Amino acid sequence: MTITHTEFAVPTGREEPWRFTPLARLRGLEGDSEFTGQVGIDWDPTDCRVERVSCDGVRYEPVDRVSSRAWADVSEVVQVTIPRERAGGPSVNLRVKGLGGVASGHIRIVAEPFSSATVVLTHTGAGAFAGNVDVEVGDGASLTVVSQQLWDADALHLGHHHVSVGRDARYRSAVVTLGGDVVRLVSTVDYSGPGGDAEMLGVFLVGPGQHVEHRLLATHTQPHCRSYVAYKGALDGEGAHSVWIGDVIVRPNAIGTDTYELNRNLILSEGARADSVPNLELETGEITGAGHASATGRFDDDQLFYLQSRGIPMDVARILVVRGFFADVVQRVGDPDLEAAVLFSVDARLESLGLGRLGEAIES
Amino acid sequence: MTELDIRDLRVSIDTDGGEREILRGVNLTIKGNETHAVMGPNGSGKSTLAYVIAGHPKYRVTSGSITLDGADLLALSVDARARAGVFLAMQYPVEVPGVSVSNFLRTSVTAIRGEAPKLRTWTKDVKEAMNELSMDPSFAERNVNEGFSGGEKKRHEILQMELLNPAIAVLDETDSGLDVDALKVVSDGVNRFRARGDKGVLLITHYTRILKYVRPDFVHVFFDGEIVESGGPELADVLESEGYERYVNKAANLS
Repeated sequence: MTITHTEFAVPTGREEPWRFTPLARLRGLEGDSEFTGQVGIDWDPTDCRVERVSCDGVRYEPVDRVSSRAWADVSEVVQVTIPRERAGGPSVNLRVKGLGGVASGHIRIVAEPFSSATVVLTHTGAGAFAGNVDVEVGDGASLTVVSQQLWDADALHLGHHHVSVGRDARYRSAVVTLGGDVVRLVSTVDYSGPGGDAEMLGVFLVGPGQHVEHRLLATHTQPHCRSYVAYKGALDGEGAHSVWIGDVIVRPNAIGTDTYELNRNLILSEGARADSVPNLELETGEITGAGHASATGRFDDDQLFYLQSRGIPMDVARILVVRGFFADVVQRVGDPDLEAAVLFSVDARLESLGLGRLGEAIES
Repeated sequence: MTELDIRDLRVSIDTDGGEREILRGVNLTIKGNETHAVMGPNGSGKSTLAYVIAGHPKYRVTSGSITLDGADLLALSVDARARAGVFLAMQYPVEVPGVSVSNFLRTSVTAIRGEAPKLRTWTKDVKEAMNELSMDPSFAERNVNEGFSGGEKKRHEILQMELLNPAIAVLDETDSGLDVDALKVVSDGVNRFRARGDKGVLLITHYTRILKYVRPDFVHVFFDGEIVESGGPELADVLESEGYERYVNKAANLS
C-alpha cells in the first residue's frame, strides 16, 4: 500500500518529531507549497550504473509529510547500482545542486550482494530541497555513503535517508552538514537479515542563525545486528542551533543486538544551543550491548593555553582543537582521501565563520 | 645576553571567597647561562610564578613587571611570549584529542620561527631529539598527551623545549612523578639545552633530587608567595637535610 502525504498531517510544532524545527522557515515544505523550483543531479563517469528510472516499481516508504510530498512529486529516481561482487574501486560521485525555488528529488542506491563501494553525495546551491535517499545494501555487501551538505547560506534541505541492511552486510554513512539555513535530515535504518552492521557517522558545524537537525532511528528486527552512531558538532554564534535525536529500538526477536550511539557538541561561543536526545528502547534483554552517550561542552581553555604557550596563535589553536574534536569520527570513515576531503570542507567552513585559519604547517 | 627580569611581582586570583593574593612581591633576575632553582613547599606559589611568566589568563598581575631583554612581557599574549623566547614545561601537560604530536610540533615550530621548517631537516631533527629522549618513533603519531604516562608527558615537554629552542625555559616540577631512569633522561635533555649557551633556566621543584643531575647556579626558597632566602647550590643541600620546616615554623612564630 502506498502512503500518500495526506496521511501525514501538517505539523504544528507540537509533535515530537517537529518540536525543535523552526516551521516558519520551511517555506511551506511541511505544508502545501508547490514544487516549482529545480534541483540538478549529475554524476561523474563510473564503472557502476547510474541512471534515471521511473518511480513505478520502486518501493519507498516516507516517514513524514515532507518526505511523502517529495515522493509524490518526483516522476523519476536517480538510481545507482553497484554490480554484484564489485570489489571496490573509485567512489561514485553524485552532485545535487539547488537552482532555486522549492524542489524535490529522489536518489536510490542499490548495492548488489557481495559488492563493495563508496558513494559520495554532495549538496550545493540555493533554494529549498526535499530530497530522499533510499539505500539497499544486499547480502554480504559493503557500502559507504557520504552525504555532504555544503549549501549556500539561505538554502533549505529536508531529507529522509533510509537504509535497509542485508544479511551480513556492512553499511557506513558519513553525514557532513556545514551549510544551509535549515538542514533537517531523518536517517532510518533497518535490517533485512541477520548479521548486518550499520555505522552512522556525522560531523556538523553550525554558524550564527543556522538550524541543523539530525534525527536517527535504528530499528533492530533481526538477530545479531550492530548499529553504531557517532555525531559530533561544533556551534558558533548567536542563534546557532543543533538538534540531534538518536532513537534505537530493539524488537523482541533481535537477540544478540549490539548498539551504541554517541553525540558530542562543542559550543564555541555564547548564544549557540545544542539539543541532544538519545533514546533506547529494549524489548529483549538478550543483547550483546546497548549504550549511549551525549555531552555538550565548551572550548577547553587549558587546551588553548597549552597550544598558545607553544607560540601557536589563538586562531590556529582554535582550528586545531576543533579539528581534533572531529578527528575520531572522521577517522572512522576509513578512507584517507575521503577523510581529507571532509576535513578540507570543515576547514573551509571554520575559516568562513572566522573561527580560525590554517597555518601553512597544518596538514591532515 | 638574555635576561629575564621579574620586579616586585604581585599576583592575585579570583576565588569564591574573593580576591586572594598568591605572589607578594617577587624579585628575580635570570640571565642566559644561569640556572635558577626555585624550591618551596606545596602551595607556596612557585607554580603560579611559572604560569604568570607564560601568561595564563587565570592570574591577575596587580603590580610589578616581567621583562625579557627589556621588553615588557606582561603586555604580550600567551603565544607572543612564546615567540619572544619563553617556554614553560608544564607540571600537568594538557591532552589535546585528535591532534598528533607531529602536527603539533610542526605547527608550533612554524609559529615560533615564523616559517615552516624544511621538511627533510625537520624530520631528522625530530627523530634525533626523540631518540636522545628514548622516545619511540611511534610517539609522533599519537595524540598530544593523550594516554601518555607521567614519564612520557615530561619527555614530550623536554622534546618541545629542545625543538622550540627558547631563550628562557621555565620547568614546572618537571621532575615530579619520574622514576630514576626517566629523571636522568629528562635531566640530560635540560643539560643539552643549557650547553647551547645563553640559555636561562628556571627550575621549579619541590624536591632536591633533580638538582643532582641539573646543577643550579642559584637556589631560591619560595614561601608564602615570595622568595625568602637565596643562595648557591649548597642551599639545596641544607633543604635536603632540613626540609622546609624552619620556614614553616618561622611563619608560624610570626603569626
